Amino acid sequence: MALPEYDLPDASGHFGQYGGVFVAETLIAALDELKEAYAAAQRDAQFIAEFEHELKHYVGRPSPLYHARHWSAVLGGAQIFLKREDLNHTGAHKINNCIGQALLARRMGKARVIAETGAGQHGVATATVAARYGMTCVVYMGSEDMRRQAANVYRMKLLGARVVPVDSGSRTLKDALNEAMRDWVTNVSDTFYIIGTVAGPHPYPMMVRDFQSVIGREAIAQMQEQCGRQPDAVIACVGGGSNAMGIFHPYIPVGGVRLIGVEAAGEGLGSGRHAASLTAGRPGVLHGNRTYLLQDENGQISETHSISAGLDYPGVGPEHAWLKDCGRAEYVSVSDGEALQAFHDLCRLEGIIPALESSHALAYAASLAPKLARDAILLVNLSGRGDKDIHTVAERSGIRF
Amino acid sequence: MTRIAGLFGKLRAQQRKALIPFITAGDPDPALTVPLMHALVQAGADIIELGVPFSDPMADGPIIQRASERALANGVSLRQVLALVASFRHDDRETPVVLMGYANPVEAMGLDEFAAAAAAAGVDGVLVVDYPPEESRAFVSVLRAHSLDPIFLLAPTSSEERIAQVGTLASGYIYYVSLKGVTGSAALDVAAVAARIPGIRARTGVPVGVGFGIRDAATAAAVAEVADAVVVGSRIIEEIEHSARETVCDRVAVLLAELRCGVDSVTAGGKGAKWAG
Ligand SMILES: Cc1ncc(COP(=O)(O)O)c(C=O)c1O
Repeated sequence: MALPEYDLPDASGHFGQYGGVFVAETLIAALDELKEAYAAAQRDAQFIAEFEHELKHYVGRPSPLYHARHWSAVLGGAQIFLKREDLNHTGAHKINNCIGQALLARRMGKARVIAETGAGQHGVATATVAARYGMTCVVYMGSEDMRRQAANVYRMKLLGARVVPVDSGSRTLKDALNEAMRDWVTNVSDTFYIIGTVAGPHPYPMMVRDFQSVIGREAIAQMQEQCGRQPDAVIACVGGGSNAMGIFHPYIPVGGVRLIGVEAAGEGLGSGRHAASLTAGRPGVLHGNRTYLLQDENGQISETHSISAGLDYPGVGPEHAWLKDCGRAEYVSVSDGEALQAFHDLCRLEGIIPALESSHALAYAASLAPKLARDAILLVNLSGRGDKDIHTVAERSGIRF
Repeated sequence: MTRIAGLFGKLRAQQRKALIPFITAGDPDPALTVPLMHALVQAGADIIELGVPFSDPMADGPIIQRASERALANGVSLRQVLALVASFRHDDRETPVVLMGYANPVEAMGLDEFAAAAAAAGVDGVLVVDYPPEESRAFVSVLRAHSLDPIFLLAPTSSEERIAQVGTLASGYIYYVSLKGVTGSAALDVAAVAARIPGIRARTGVPVGVGFGIRDAATAAAVAEVADAVVVGSRIIEEIEHSARETVCDRVAVLLAELRCGVDSVTAGGKGAKWAG
């Protein structure tokens, strides 16, 4: 079911009942300033031209659309095409958004940028653009995540960022986001907060989606060119939901294309150790927006689990909540084990080491492909490369370097 | 008339200012919350702000975050907070109690059910930190239906337009956050606060309390000079954090008495009288 008349969020940042601006009064003025600056930048041809220039020359866009022929043949069904965001500079889709927001920060005269990070990918991307544009950079990261992602912590430091450990709450991504918000509210006059996904208060979910939509726009053109038609389904992993929104959004009005978001089922939905907010959560309010959340019966936010730190988040962008409720997108989940299997398969059969986050989307494609005809087409967003994950994978296989 | 409006009417007649301590329900122990509330009242509290613990207190600094974590470790839920208020009301039918917390526990309970239960427990006002006016129309009407006062925040960055908007929704009092930052931040610019209060009071017609950065009798006195109420949170939580269970009520009472002296030193009875501390 395509949605031809799609024009969300509304002026107050709502996608139906989701989204909005659920923040303390102390942040309202900063969000108003950001909303105005972003609206002005969108109308400014020079801003858009500079964004596109940076995507082309610094990130290396357009990212290729690649037909995974060997893997498709082994699966024995639909043809799987990969949108290669793993080939971007810094190795994931995160940089698209960071460039957009950093250019906006510069336009607003803010010389200091801050970010939250879980896996470290968004932190690395933010540190990268801060170095590129000569900005001071502070990245908040849960102390538990710093332990799990030590290589990315070092990468951020190499790039000149200060990484601040967050010891509150569950010491993971959600707590890093809380801490970044606290920094922003305190240093709002000279600081720009670069949120890494389509969550947070309006205008972030819209703005991050807009910057990431380059993925879907390119894919539509590339599918047409390479296949003469659009895919039967677009599949992407969903943590906060930015790579998925980026590829889904241009497809919302396109008929005949299923949109499938894949969440982390961790050790299984029944185990309580997962991060599948859309599949197993309930609507609530966190981090400035109303959306599906993993929470207990008293409204306290649950601790989550996924083998991929980038999917380990108890919420999800509000636009996904809306797309789920109205039925335009479907949301499924894939366990740690299934994601690992897809990780290994892509390594062996295509010579591509995928991120564990992206491996969730690959795993779902692998389960769907054999049920479809050989001329069916699945488009998978390969959101990042898996070099950062080799320690996690090795540990799972009982290997230590 | 609500208990909060009655209180401010009485204080105005006496030319006194309100002192509003904040504690987190269930910190350090649910069994100590009601005794702490009574101790605060005896030492001079006019209203008690009772924090509802939440897993993700985005607008709070480390001191109140830790209080929230201790309360959650004790398993304190919103329903239990309401039970604590009901228990406090058993012995104190005078002192207004304002709940302060975040939206999600309230939404998880359901707005209607929450408001009915809060009113039945003897709550007087509710401040949901992450419900700014534009997201709280439904909530405000539910609170009003149960005669609960919706308390709102205003900040140094709030525009004239927003102040007017809050004026159409707020009753009880308005909580003016005196500085940029989270709870527990240090610096307080009294002159800047003084410049904003009369305008807010005039535009909203509601008493204005000031909080964030008030740590001792001197800062309490300075704020009492310009505001209708003085709100103290992190300093009290710090005292709770550093006290043994047996002495926590006494130590908090001593601190509150000092703050009371500060507040009263600038108002009618004590005008000009120096705070002796
Ligand atoms: C490669 C990769 N894919 C996906 C994600 C999940 O984020 P989102 O759902 O916003 O795309 C991350 C987050 O760190 C990531 O690094």
